[in-house]
Amino acid sequence: MQSEFAVELRDVVKQFVTPEGNLLNAVDHVTMQIKNGEFFSMLGSSGCGKTTSLRMIAGFEWPTEGEVYIEGKPMGHTPPFQRKVNTVFQNYALFQHMTVYQNVAFGLEMEGADKNEIEKRVKRALEMVQLTGMERRKPRQLSGGQQQRVAVARALVKLPDVLLLDEPLGALDLKLRKEMQLELKALQQELGITFIYVTHDQEEALTMSDRIAVMSKGKVMQMGTPVEIYERPANRFVADFIGESNFLEGKIKSVSADEASVFVPALNAELSGVPMSKDFVNGEEVVISIRPEKIRIVDADAEKDGVFRAKVINSIYIGSDTHVFLDCNGVRLKVMEQNHISRLDPHSFYHKDQAVGVYLIPENTLVLKKEA
Amino acid sequence: MLQRLRENKAWQGTLLALPTTLWLFVLLVIPLFLTLVVSFGRRSPDGGVIYGFSFHNYLRLIGYSTNCPAGQSACFDPLYAQILWRSLTLAFWTTVIVILLAYPLAYFIARSHPRRRNTFLMLVLVPLWTNFVIRVYAWMMLLREQGVINGVLGWIAAQFGLPFQPLQMLYTPGAVLVGMVYEFLPFMILPIFTSLEKIELPLYEAAADLGANPFRTFLRVTLPLSMPGVVAGTILVFIPVMGTFIVSDLLGGKQVILVGNLIQNQFLSARDPTFGSAASLILMIMTLIVTYFYTRKFGFGEEIITA
Ligand SMILES: Nc1ncnc2c1ncn2[C@@H]1O[C@H](COP(=O)(O)OP(=O)(O)OP(=O)(O)O)[C@@H](O)[C@H]1O
Ligand SMILES: [Mg+2]
Repeated sequence: MQSEFAVELRDVVKQFVTPEGNLLNAVDHVTMQIKNGEFFSMLGSSGCGKTTSLRMIAGFEWPTEGEVYIEGKPMGHTPPFQRKVNTVFQNYALFQHMTVYQNVAFGLEMEGADKNEIEKRVKRALEMVQLTGMERRKPRQLSGGQQQRVAVARALVKLPDVLLLDEPLGALDLKLRKEMQLELKALQQELGITFIYVTHDQEEALTMSDRIAVMSKGKVMQMGTPVEIYERPANRFVADFIGESNFLEGKIKSVSADEASVFVPALNAELSGVPMSKDFVNGEEVVISIRPEKIRIVDADAEKDGVFRAKVINSIYIGSDTHVFLDCNGVRLKVMEQNHISRLDPHSFYHKDQAVGVYLIPENTLVLKKEA
Repeated sequence: MLQRLRENKAWQGTLLALPTTLWLFVLLVIPLFLTLVVSFGRRSPDGGVIYGFSFHNYLRLIGYSTNCPAGQSACFDPLYAQILWRSLTLAFWTTVIVILLAYPLAYFIARSHPRRRNTFLMLVLVPLWTNFVIRVYAWMMLLREQGVINGVLGWIAAQFGLPFQPLQMLYTPGAVLVGMVYEFLPFMILPIFTSLEKIELPLYEAAADLGANPFRTFLRVTLPLSMPGVVAGTILVFIPVMGTFIVSDLLGGKQVILVGNLIQNQFLSARDPTFGSAASLILMIMTLIVTYFYTRKFGFGEEIITA
């Protein structure tokens, strides 16, 4: 029976004894369901347990508690060589004593495929990653990007149900990384294989993934599509970690089905029609999260609901955008404005102490719990 | 002059290579040349050298003899050829056995917990702090007719009321083999350990990930990647075993004579430096030929040496 989920983690805990003798939950009660054919990313800062989670799926580590399911089957202590998943390792882990061809053929030989079959499939795999003609080279004789492709070909040639990738592009320079991102994504769509992709680069995760799990300290903070993660962060941590956010403290005045009215003392005003994704109660202390690119700077004397007076602290020109830092009744706000038009006159930019109005559009903000 | 030195790369190279060249010349080329010259000479009655150009000594080594039954002026005497052959086979088997013993040991040490690893390495090295000759003497103590091993065996036999005839272990080829293996084991363990230790953990994981069970991982990944260590160890063991004479002298007595003993004998008791020189050169050539073909097949283990 084909399971709906390629991989499932049910309430998985992985505990390590650190060299200092403490117990550490590297992965702390994690539950994830990864659908067949999905491009799924685990995103989080260093040490949050991404690699450990991936290693438990591959079979290099066993959960202390909970269970990993692959294609609906509990894995228990199944060793890696009996799991239908393959890994692209962070530093590739290519066999230096073998040629590119031998590296890619290795996994097929272990399956006992016959020589013709191996030749055919290796050839196709190398075509896929555009390494035709490099068969006889040793890994040492390849550039970083080419080695990375060998690692991908070596894993993909086995036609796994699931491909695990642990920061596969981490060692490449920015330009090559962007190229490889597109290539990997195209490859995944072409083959329809489930990819589980570990990265600490949020842009990479947002660009490539169907769904993302944002992790912190061994826990999943939010799981969702890139749009959900960015536009509807589930909590203050995610709002802060993915992209940037301004936070305004406030108190719930009234709630409807999916909107709230919030009184913000700093502005001495009530914002109504603020979207919310959790249940809040009247009188609850909350924060309102506002993305910098969603705030508009308007004339200082504009009279309109949702416009507040502010003063420019400073502004930074970064080519495509201008970042403006404002003081709004003691609250510091960051605003990003796109430079739609070409301007050369320095006086046409914002300058210190300039009085402006900020327009906070309630539907572009979000109510979140106060604590992270 | 200084000006020229500063500008001329070739001059700089020559100057930098000078000390090494000088050193090699004094310590290698001159002695070798003298040995070559002497080996073509003849022994004088008082044990000196009569210089000349004759292959007499070399012919003797491959079986030509003038010390013949009455009526023959020349005949075949395989004595020296046998000694050469014995040295070669003994060195071969010593190396094979040392590899078989050293590999699992090195593997065990390389895979042990880092904290215990140093202790194990120390244990491998400790015997080397004792003098080579003294270690061979220790084996004499063990293997003698009234030695430790026979003593223990005799005691066990006595417990069961069995008759016991002490085993003749000392002065046998077996004793020499055991001694050689013992003496040269560390020189195989260390390079193999070094090459095993350098294999990164993710490689084993990659092999497992691609479907290799532990046994096939060993054959396809561990073994090939540790070959440089085996090659380096082989060179470190095979060459000295070919030339050593102390082990065979003490543990083999008159029963197990090797080229090393032959050479030592010719220079000291037999007082024929010309024949001794010829034997030395033959030993060197034999060793070179074997090493040449071996390294041509497997390389020099350079990854270890340059590590
Ligand atoms: N074998 C181990 N023994 C003890 N602690 C470990 C072990 N492996 C990982 N840890 C700890 O578990 C935590 C999670 O590690 P993990 O490698 O999963 O992080 P990560 O999210 O992959 O980080 P990075 O982005 O830096 O690779 C870290 O605090 C790490 O120190
Ligand atoms: Mg990691």
